[in-house]
Amino acid sequence: MTAQSALGPTPEKTVTRLRIEQRMEQPTWLRYASPIILVGAALLVGALLLRLAGANPWFVYRQMFSIAFGSAYGWSDTTIKAVPLIVIGLGVALALRMRLFNVGAEGQFFIGAFMATGVALYILPTNAPAWLMLLAMGLGGFIGGAFWGFIPGILKARLNVNEIITTLMLTYVAVLWNNYWVYGPWSERGFGMTSTFPDNAWMPRFTDYAEQIPALRGMTAHFGIFVAIVLAIVMWILLRSSKWGFEISVIGDNNRAARYAGINLSRNIILVMMISGGFAGLAGMIEVAGVVHRLQERFSPGYGFTAIIIAWLAKLNPLAIIPVAYLFGGLLVGGDAIQPAGVAAMLQGVILFVVVGGEMLLTYRVRLEKVAVAA
Amino acid sequence: MNKRAIWSILSMIVLFSMLLGGCAVPAAAPAAPAADAAAAPAEAAPAEAAIQIPAPVDGMFNVAFVYVGPVGDAGWTYAHDEGRRYLEENLEGVHTAYLESVPEGADAERVIRNLARAGFNAVFTTSFGYMDPTATVAAEFPDIDFVHVSGFLKGPNFSNLFGGMESMKYLVGMIAGAKAQELGATQVGYIAPFATAEVVRHINAAAMGMRSVCPECTLDIRWTFSWFDPNLERESAASLIDAGAVVVITGADTPGPVQVAGEKGVFGVGYDSRNACSIDPEACLTVPYWNWGPEYVRLVQEMMDGTFVGSDIYFDVDSGSLGLLGFVEDQTPQPGVPASIVPQVQELLAKMESGEFTRFDVFSGPINDNKGNLFVPEGEQLTQSDLEGLKGIEGREDCTFCMSWLAEGVSPDAELPSGN
Repeated sequence: MTAQSALGPTPEKTVTRLRIEQRMEQPTWLRYASPIILVGAALLVGALLLRLAGANPWFVYRQMFSIAFGSAYGWSDTTIKAVPLIVIGLGVALALRMRLFNVGAEGQFFIGAFMATGVALYILPTNAPAWLMLLAMGLGGFIGGAFWGFIPGILKARLNVNEIITTLMLTYVAVLWNNYWVYGPWSERGFGMTSTFPDNAWMPRFTDYAEQIPALRGMTAHFGIFVAIVLAIVMWILLRSSKWGFEISVIGDNNRAARYAGINLSRNIILVMMISGGFAGLAGMIEVAGVVHRLQERFSPGYGFTAIIIAWLAKLNPLAIIPVAYLFGGLLVGGDAIQPAGVAAMLQGVILFVVVGGEMLLTYRVRLEKVAVAA
Repeated sequence: MNKRAIWSILSMIVLFSMLLGGCAVPAAAPAAPAADAAAAPAEAAPAEAAIQIPAPVDGMFNVAFVYVGPVGDAGWTYAHDEGRRYLEENLEGVHTAYLESVPEGADAERVIRNLARAGFNAVFTTSFGYMDPTATVAAEFPDIDFVHVSGFLKGPNFSNLFGGMESMKYLVGMIAGAKAQELGATQVGYIAPFATAEVVRHINAAAMGMRSVCPECTLDIRWTFSWFDPNLERESAASLIDAGAVVVITGADTPGPVQVAGEKGVFGVGYDSRNACSIDPEACLTVPYWNWGPEYVRLVQEMMDGTFVGSDIYFDVDSGSLGLLGFVEDQTPQPGVPASIVPQVQELLAKMESGEFTRFDVFSGPINDNKGNLFVPEGEQLTQSDLEGLKGIEGREDCTFCMSWLAEGVSPDAELPSGN
């Protein structure tokens, strides 16, 4: 630089550059407060858009909240949405703990639902006892999802293929595979749906007990919520207290160190991707057995993608996933009541975008920097 | 390591925004066709507040409508919404509300149940996929009346409602055949959403109408597997035209195919709403449309009087609830319609309006299938169950000539998608 200055005043130029760097240390309070800050910021941006669209944001939010959480029915509807989000979210969080980005949970969800449907309609006899039917469907769903996670897992472990790409691309394969079956061999009356499952393949719902407890009438939430909660607790314990849970966090923190410590990386990558996929597959089974009662085209409003954000916001803590999933479930349920329908979709999109974008700003520092360059 | 993580996260953010944006498309896309479809849908919009949450009004008879597409689709849902507005204007003491773009299946059941809980007195659901959800909720709320459009189930407080659009499709086939003949071509195209009885009988009626005028014409089919998919409908139209079709008839919800026909210098036939031609009047031959208003008024009046009883309602052209643009209500035929065919269409339409010629006359033997085999012998006529392809439905007879075949005139290598 001094040499250049000696040549004269003009040949030096400064350019402003954008630099993104990881924050070295995040204050502890910020780590815990960030989900709340992010959701709050997202709602504010959403409110601004609602205002621009000519609505009273306070009124819209209050209505959404009261639809989703204001009554027992609301809680029942929100629970229905939260169950797949929790179960998929647990699987995604497990993979993320190892820094594996399973963005293909949506596809694993579809394959799980597909397998469960095959078991219910074509493998087990329609008079099989309900417990056997549901168990077999759950197993089928888990295996289907696990297989869909195994493919990216082994590609990553053996050939170091980027799992973000493979899991995402396999999602499209899964959706098209599902469409082929519901429009083709399994179609009912030409529509993109199979016939309805026999009664014994229906997951018990609260409303089914309305005869004993009249207050439950019309509560269509199903017992999948208990499966979701049990899974969350089991995973929380496993990750906290087992050797395997420790291995996973070590790999996530520093995989070179993990290798020196004698942890089998490949095996864990494949295993974790399979469990992650298996959870999404199980969620698919729970959705068809508990809510849809048949396989159909487009039966997911993007649960597999929303669950990634939920896992993230919950800081990959299995227990925290439950309330966060309820929050997003409420957003889906409350949003359905807003007309025109595009407004709700836009609001959901904005909230997800702000949450993800904001998370990045909290984790990374964006700095404008003046850099000197030679002319 | 850090650098890699940064890129992973950045790419994820980009991917998510694209994917989630993608998820929202079905709801957001309608803006485009609505904007294209001239001023028609825009007229409706300002009448309502920008954003609303459907709720009943005290002291009124509250009727809720559940739509499969957006009200601005200029087709199926637009026609229903027109009926809803007609109902509100023509019946004192009625308040209406609607929910648009409700997905068929489990979400629909929740939406319908919430409307019933919210205190609406009646709920109209307007897509085939709402049938089971409507039946389930109707059984839970015996004091509320339900009407489902385009299905076949009923209950004490639950009617199904549909009409003989196949009669109009027969006339459409005649016009399309005549136009192909005039242009010295033999190919007509049909955009079909699903291989359901409803869609198949419309295709068959159009094919038979076309053959009655143009014996050498064939009807080519493209399946979209969606009631409402503006892009796919446009692509299907382009594909039919590229394969030689000079008239494209659409059986799906938007007027996009008519627009594509205009762009490519051929002709189109819209569907569902009387406004479907306004997108390109020069290229649009006609639209067979639904006029739901009078039927909605009749049913809601019954509900208010307490005389509503769940039943199977299937109207034909003589009800006045079916229209054919250019041939009813003092309208004049669109400029593209060959003059030679107009008197024939008018004559047959007059017979339909008087009840002399019905959907059963359209489906009277002898009818061959598209492979040239005799399917319905001379002297036989399809029954209502045959037209609806009903089998094993309680309270309805089983079909014998079930509607899962293609009539002569449909291209011989066309097949119904498997699984029927």
